[in-house]
Amino acid sequence: MKLVPRPAPKAFEVVWVSTLAVLLAFLSSLLLLWLYGTPPLEAARAIAGGVFSDPRGLAEVLRRAVPLILVGAGLALAFRAQFWNIGAEGQLLLGAVAAGGVALFSGIEGPGLLFVMALAAFLAGGLWALFSAFLKARLGVNDVITTLMLNYVAIYLVDWLIHGPWKGKSAFGFAYTDRFPEAASLPLLPGTALAWPGVVLALLLAVLFAWLLFATKLGFEVRVLGENPEAARYAGVRALFTLSWVALLSGGAAGLAGFVEVAGTHHKLLAPLQISLGYGYTGIIVAWLGRNHPLVAVLTGLLVGFVFAAGDVAKVALATPFQLVQVVNGLILFFLIAAEVFLRYRVVWGVRRG
Amino acid sequence: MVESWVVATLARGLAFAVPLLFAALGELVAERAGVINLGVEGMMILGALSAFVVADLSGNPWLGVLAAAGVGAAAAFFHAFFSITLRANQYVSGLALTMVGLGLSGLLGKPFAGRPLAHPLPKWDVPLLKEIPWIGPGVFSGQSALLYLGFLLAFLLWVFLYRTRGGIHLRSVGENPAAADALGVNVYLVRYLAVLFGGAMAGVAGAYLSVAYRPSWTEGMTAGLGWIALAIVIFAAWDPLRAVVTSFLFGAFYHLAYRFQAHLAPEFLKMTPYLFTILFLVLSALGKSVRLGAPEALGRPYVRGER
Repeated sequence: MKLVPRPAPKAFEVVWVSTLAVLLAFLSSLLLLWLYGTPPLEAARAIAGGVFSDPRGLAEVLRRAVPLILVGAGLALAFRAQFWNIGAEGQLLLGAVAAGGVALFSGIEGPGLLFVMALAAFLAGGLWALFSAFLKARLGVNDVITTLMLNYVAIYLVDWLIHGPWKGKSAFGFAYTDRFPEAASLPLLPGTALAWPGVVLALLLAVLFAWLLFATKLGFEVRVLGENPEAARYAGVRALFTLSWVALLSGGAAGLAGFVEVAGTHHKLLAPLQISLGYGYTGIIVAWLGRNHPLVAVLTGLLVGFVFAAGDVAKVALATPFQLVQVVNGLILFFLIAAEVFLRYRVVWGVRRG
Repeated sequence: MVESWVVATLARGLAFAVPLLFAALGELVAERAGVINLGVEGMMILGALSAFVVADLSGNPWLGVLAAAGVGAAAAFFHAFFSITLRANQYVSGLALTMVGLGLSGLLGKPFAGRPLAHPLPKWDVPLLKEIPWIGPGVFSGQSALLYLGFLLAFLLWVFLYRTRGGIHLRSVGENPAAADALGVNVYLVRYLAVLFGGAMAGVAGAYLSVAYRPSWTEGMTAGLGWIALAIVIFAAWDPLRAVVTSFLFGAFYHLAYRFQAHLAPEFLKMTPYLFTILFLVLSALGKSVRLGAPEALGRPYVRGER
């Protein structure tokens, strides 16, 4: 087998190959379910029925998709600049902490409260990421590891808060904070659990990031820095400046996802694993599947949101463990990078003489 | 008083260091060949589960360790295939491996959770050496057999890397694959073997957790140790002997933090390994050893005939 480089793939080829990868991942997940004792057709029917049969099922897909789109759009930006932000999970949690802190202790009343919560969440997530970007730009410290380590720090920070200083007076034996005041709740779409302002926020942010990336000087610098760091230096791209903005924006977007989760769904601060179902990690897949394009991340966020919603349905209908969602997501990523080879190379079988 | 502190720090620090050491040594070899594998955490947790299952079913913990090495290598094969043959992005392929590993182990490990292992790995005393004051009781007595194997492995790897032809081949593949290829070294084969070795060692690291350190299986029991091992490789400047020292330093720091637990909320204690990792990385960056040690072609797929 020989791989021969080929010209850049056309858009429809990219879509076609990516779709195939996702389908293969779904098929192998159904096989996995089969091993668990559910025939594939039955499983597919149960999942499709549960997700698509009524508006509430679709609202669940959207509810899962919102944090994924927020995180994914931000990571698209980060990955474009070769800032390997694997720390969106921690940035999301920091956003939740900041939003929670404002909701519980600021004493702000009225609609202004939600605005301040969102702003605090954005800043908290952004600054959390900025730390790693600074270390990378200034000292060349590996960003994968620092962003990832900070996830664990964030997890234990939340744990400490809900067991210690922020533990609710009404929580008795449980580890969570008091319920946020009424003004700290995002309105829901009637008849569903979906906080619709989250959808608006995610769409706005994706559009904003796409605009930044493709229509501004900063976006140009981001792309140059990511594609050719050497050339970027000669072109006068300020690495520290650019990386800092990228970190602030991608971390901030993850922070906003944390805000939407606590203000739209939980209305209190609780165990880290309940605040985020791994959205920070899964956002990596959303960004990569979307070819690091913030607008495509909206679509791929919906797709992965579907995986989460399907996992919930399967858990109830087929009694499958939640970890299945994680496996399906990982498989999507695997098939995707395998499929990638057909976009970049022509595969020639056997030995060619020439 | 001082003696008991030293002995305890040595003993506990080393016990905590074993999984870090194995995982770091494996990753070090892979990276020396030019392939970075962010799937260490995933291979490690798969190793932990398979070691526990095999040890539990067979009653022989060593079989468990062996199975873990096999499973780790098998998992690493995916990364090798994607990143070497298909030339996929190494970061993304490794991350996918970690995600699948964590998910799959959680899925398959359900029936084994919370059950103690009847026959864990033995603890060994080293005759004579254990009589050395302070060091003897700390290092050479009551430690898991895997610790000594880890020491031995680090030494052998050091000899291999710096004193043998094979080691030169491995390093040249990571530094300048085109030149190595021109000299007749099979770049792809060397990279494959290095990545598989890395996976096997990550598997053994996981096995230590589930059949020696805490002989049981818990979902997510690797708790980020695989990532810390990646950091140790950097701090150790890709040198096996330095990896021993770094892993131990790490374990010792963690143990000392543990000693202060009365003054510290437990959540902050749990944070310390991750904060240390960042601190270590910053220190090694300040010490400039990063630039000196990293293999030149790390993270770049090799394409024959392309420069």
